[in-house]
Amino acid sequence: MALADIRQRPGVLLGAAILLHVVLISAQVNTASGLPVLQVVTFGSFSEVQRATMALVGGVRGVWSGYIALQHVEAENTALKQEMQTLQIRLQEERAEAQRTDNLRQLLELRERAGLDTTAAEVIAAAASPEFRTVTIDKGSSHGLQTDMAVISPAGVVGRVILPSGRAAKVQLLIDRNAAAGALIERTRVQGVVVGFGDGSLRMEYVPGTADVKTGDLVVTSGIDGIYPKGFVIGTIDHVDRGLGQYHEITVRPAVDFSRLEEVLVVRTLPASRAVPEGGE
Amino acid sequence: MKTAAALAAILVALALQTTLAGLVIRGTAAIDLVLIVVVYIALKSGPVTGLLAGSVAGLIQDSLSSGIVGIGGLAKTLVGFLAGVLGTQFILTGPLPRFVLLLLTTALHAAIFMGLYVLLDLRQFPAPVPAVVGQALGNGFVGVVGFQVIEWLPGFMARRRAGRPLKR
Repeated sequence: MALADIRQRPGVLLGAAILLHVVLISAQVNTASGLPVLQVVTFGSFSEVQRATMALVGGVRGVWSGYIALQHVEAENTALKQEMQTLQIRLQEERAEAQRTDNLRQLLELRERAGLDTTAAEVIAAAASPEFRTVTIDKGSSHGLQTDMAVISPAGVVGRVILPSGRAAKVQLLIDRNAAAGALIERTRVQGVVVGFGDGSLRMEYVPGTADVKTGDLVVTSGIDGIYPKGFVIGTIDHVDRGLGQYHEITVRPAVDFSRLEEVLVVRTLPASRAVPEGGE
Repeated sequence: MKTAAALAAILVALALQTTLAGLVIRGTAAIDLVLIVVVYIALKSGPVTGLLAGSVAGLIQDSLSSGIVGIGGLAKTLVGFLAGVLGTQFILTGPLPRFVLLLLTTALHAAIFMGLYVLLDLRQFPAPVPAVVGQALGNGFVGVVGFQVIEWLPGFMARRRAGRPLKR
């Protein structure tokens, strides 16, 4: 009955909802450190829904390509064509398998080359909101993942872990508006900070206007941020503009194609600032 | 609209959003399926259900994103309420009025969402207009087509059943 009364007063309900949200936002903005419990719980449980959705989509795709599509072909083609198409499908599967093997081989090579403690993970979902550039991977705190661990791929730096749950983790991509990494230009060793721009590109900031910078220069991580290991490729300089201020305005094209991320490596070495000293607690 | 159906629609939209967003991750005109679902629920069930649906959907979406929990919730709450009020005051059954409504609600959502982030100095949105215009057009197109399909489907199924001979 009370619920029915409230429904008759939409203005009151709207006011209450706005108040609730404002309180919620204020509580988070004022919090100095730590992750919101709501985020961890919701993300942890919804990552299972994402995993199930991915499995369902894969299943439906499998049924479609492996049964319904073939049945349609059977009705229209001769037995010879049928056999040929089956072989073509098998060939595509083999090619896909080979491609996957190649991706994994590249990951393995990267792992050996980097000499870091890493774990491979698969991307299972993208961001829930179009304003954020994040992905969900299928490894979480039960695999040793923690906040601020770097995520890399054979092409270069991908991002960092921002929210690990039990069996999944959210990764902030380097192209997110809030992402940043210490960087240097490989040719001249000039240092700066690479920040995400939200539109898929990167900007390199705090590079002095007197520094030698050219289009096509390779930008790599400097390691000074304590998150990304030194020397990993971020991208190449796409555009340099001598702005009005004392710094160059530099656009960097990411080395990683973020729209095609499938497998990544998570660097399990903790950032220097968060590493527990020997003998410490 | 039943509560369970509304919740299911929101969850499906979220699941699709997280599954399909990877396809347009580099594009600026990313579609917000959750917003489209909230507008539809508000149109069908009125301002109260609209604001509740917007609130729930926005909070879940915020929790799954890396931003502040509540900003998207507040934006979608107001959008759900406004869409519900407009749905009760005007006839919004045709594709064109619905397209305009989706353009307006997307713009309002973006204004509240980006405005709050900028106001709290948490995030900057350089050149937001092209991105919002692109998203509004995308939401409008997908929403209108989706609404038509959802409303056309039950009638189509009924006609198919009626046309089928009775089984003994």
